Amino acid sequence: MLWRDEIFETNRMIEQNKLDVRTITMGISLRDCVDPDLKAFCQKIYDKITRCAKDLVAVGVAIETEYGVPVINKRVSVTPIALVAEGCKTDTLVPVAETMDRAARDLGINFIGGFSALVDKGETRGDTRLIASIPEALARTESVCASVNVGTTKSGLNMDAIRQMGETIKRTAALTADRGAIGCAKLVVFTNAVQDNPFMAGAFHGVGEGECVVNVGVSGPGVVKRALESVQGAPFDTVAETIKRTAFKVTRVGQLVAQEASKRLGVSMGIVDLSLAPTSAIGDSVAHILEEMGLERCGAPGTTAALALLNDAVKKGGLMAAQHVGGLSGAFIPVSEDAGMIDAVACGCLSLEKLEAMTCVCSVGLDMIAVPGTTSAATLSAILADEAAIGMINNKTTAVRLIPVPGKKVGDDVEFGGLLGHCPVMAVNTFGAEAFVARGGRIPAPVRSLTN
Amino acid sequence: MKIVVTIIGQDRIGIVAKISTALAEAEVNIMDINQNIMNGFFNMVMIADMQRATLPLDALQKKLADVGRALGVDVKIQHEDIFNAMHRI
Repeated sequence: MLWRDEIFETNRMIEQNKLDVRTITMGISLRDCVDPDLKAFCQKIYDKITRCAKDLVAVGVAIETEYGVPVINKRVSVTPIALVAEGCKTDTLVPVAETMDRAARDLGINFIGGFSALVDKGETRGDTRLIASIPEALARTESVCASVNVGTTKSGLNMDAIRQMGETIKRTAALTADRGAIGCAKLVVFTNAVQDNPFMAGAFHGVGEGECVVNVGVSGPGVVKRALESVQGAPFDTVAETIKRTAFKVTRVGQLVAQEASKRLGVSMGIVDLSLAPTSAIGDSVAHILEEMGLERCGAPGTTAALALLNDAVKKGGLMAAQHVGGLSGAFIPVSEDAGMIDAVACGCLSLEKLEAMTCVCSVGLDMIAVPGTTSAATLSAILADEAAIGMINNKTTAVRLIPVPGKKVGDDVEFGGLLGHCPVMAVNTFGAEAFVARGGRIPAPVRSLTN
Repeated sequence: MKIVVTIIGQDRIGIVAKISTALAEAEVNIMDINQNIMNGFFNMVMIADMQRATLPLDALQKKLADVGRALGVDVKIQHEDIFNAMHRI
């Protein structure tokens, strides 16, 4: 029989510490939708997405009601469009994005991911066409998310694609300038992209995946912070142990929800993503966990070590709690979506360079960072290359979401709305990298031994 | 299906009676009750069986929420499995 304290503990996590299921994401294969006629292709993908996910929102709501745990987002990811639209006779893939957007709207979901290309080694004509379509696609849709994988540890970095992506980010910002360059908040540049990520904007349904799966992302930075409040001043052994125990409990909820959702939707259960995903709400911040460990502000010396401990302990705690673990599984550090990060930037404690260092030890990378609108495409590409190199060498996923906001300068605040939050524009090193980025070609795959 | 009913709020006469009556009306069988008063605050956890329930869970949640509102207490009903998942291996 359950103990009363256990019941109150669970409900306190949900009600006071913002434990929630961040997303139930249905991954849908579009490989059977291939058609040379663009109109027919769009009709097929609309039909398939809306057929597979027709009950997704209702099931999410039912699970939330039954278990009393909020299921914040219901989303869909699809096979990278560059692959399935390769044979379409068309100059632009914008109509495909518009079709995805319409499907998302009709389903009542807030994001659909997979307007994506995997170009870590080279580009086909279909990849080039997709990348060229991204700015307009993101400007003309609400819920479509795009991503491009520009490198892997096994293949090295595609510097031509990285150059293109700097330019694509700039064009996307220009086309959505009237909305704080929000298009860039839905565009991720990956290295070592994963196939089963449930989190947006980088979710797509990988080519190694089955017909249809359910992946779940659970989150609870507030729960971890609350747990650490009870071990103030204790040595790091205790800190790590406390985080592990908390992550285990949080992940068990994710496992339960993933199991139930897959059963009710009649599709296989994919993975539980162990990420700690913050929101800009008070009490839901990864930065505040780091500060709870004894840092005056996130970004102070010690931040990278604190984050390394947090990221590792979350994984260790979560691994045993879930049947299959996957996705990104680590702490996210998106600036605009984390109240503590926003404050740390605003007070001058957290710089782009410190964030880059932090990405060496945690999930993902330079995420949701607003930079001055004057930042050049070459500088953006060079930042992408730096982050991609971290991913490539460390055999980890890195993702970059940079938002060069037209007309904004360092210190200005940009509001993205909803889950995407707001943030102060961060300073970027203004020394140039034009000649570096102009070289193009590929940075070779790294040696995997002699790893000092 | 077993449910966990948690009731929290300012103490007053009749909370247990009214909540229990509402459950009985819906043919929900109470299996365990744990209740106390701390600093004037009423805390109660019930574990109940819905096998013969005449209402689906969402309707029961609404019925009990209405009863709770009239009493000035928060009533929450959840499937037992979320607690088992978190606290039992």
